[in-house]
Amino acid sequence: MAKKQVNPTRMELTRIKRKLVTAMRGHKLLKDKRDELMRQFLELVRKNKEMREKVEAGLKVAAQNFALARATMQDEILDTALLAPSQEVWLEAGEKNVMSVMVPQFEIKTRSTDESNIYSYGLSFTSSDLDIAVKSMADVLPDMLQLAEIEKSCQLMAAEIEKTRRRVNALEYVMIPEMQENIKYITMKLDENERSSQIRLMKVKDMMLEQTHHYSDKLAGKEIPDIRSELEI
Amino acid sequence: MYKIAVMGDRDSIYGFVSVGLDIYPATDAHAAARQLRTLVENDYAIIYMTEALFAQMENELAAYNEMPLPAIIPIPGVSGNTGAGLARVRKSVEKAVGSDIIFGND
Repeated sequence: MAKKQVNPTRMELTRIKRKLVTAMRGHKLLKDKRDELMRQFLELVRKNKEMREKVEAGLKVAAQNFALARATMQDEILDTALLAPSQEVWLEAGEKNVMSVMVPQFEIKTRSTDESNIYSYGLSFTSSDLDIAVKSMADVLPDMLQLAEIEKSCQLMAAEIEKTRRRVNALEYVMIPEMQENIKYITMKLDENERSSQIRLMKVKDMMLEQTHHYSDKLAGKEIPDIRSELEI
Repeated sequence: MYKIAVMGDRDSIYGFVSVGLDIYPATDAHAAARQLRTLVENDYAIIYMTEALFAQMENELAAYNEMPLPAIIPIPGVSGNTGAGLARVRKSVEKAVGSDIIFGND
């Protein structure tokens, strides 16, 4: 079933054949891309799940510790203590190309490299619970940043895999069969045309011979006018 | 140079100040969406958002899904873990594979 109307010409046939070759090659490449993306994605998403569970557990502990600190301290003192953080975090963001998907790569920069320099307040007015809370938060931070990188990569790759899969399927189940169908249709049509013109020629030849030699009359035993004498005249 | 922000209700996020992240308290999805746009324009590469706020802003966040930056990551708030973060990971697996093959056993 040819879905589209195609011209059964040799030119069209060559064109479609060439297109089919390209489509086949594209299909193979896209399929490879999808498989490789899928492999990397599954690896990454497993890590994503682990990291997320770890971060969520870490944040839970941190939240509990902060709640505890808040309970043992006055709100004003707590707010003042956290007013001017001594630590500052920022990022250098690069991009990594994973099978044509640009995924972000973060590099963490901190203002002070000293890990113990996270307490931005004097120790005399704050409770030790706050120290514990801040420490637990500082501990979970590197994991949180890594989680951000991995989770974003997963999202981007999932979107790309979905796109690629659609393309592969469109080529495999729509474009390529349609083109093969069209090629078949054109070849058959051309063959049919050729046969038909062959037969027409044979018929014409028969008719011309009949006109010249009158075979059917001879077979019927009739008198045949001698055309040779006529021709000589 | 990119920065990191945390958005959500104040109680859930004030602790992040201590480690040097910028906090932007917001509970209303409209205000948060406006805030988010400003943040994205101001070179914030990672924006952590409490699950409660994240759930309210699903539509606004969809636009950022396809971009390499910013990464908007849901985190549990003080009200507890709603499982929205893991659900999001599961959704991306479903999107890519067609069915959930990572979390199926849990």
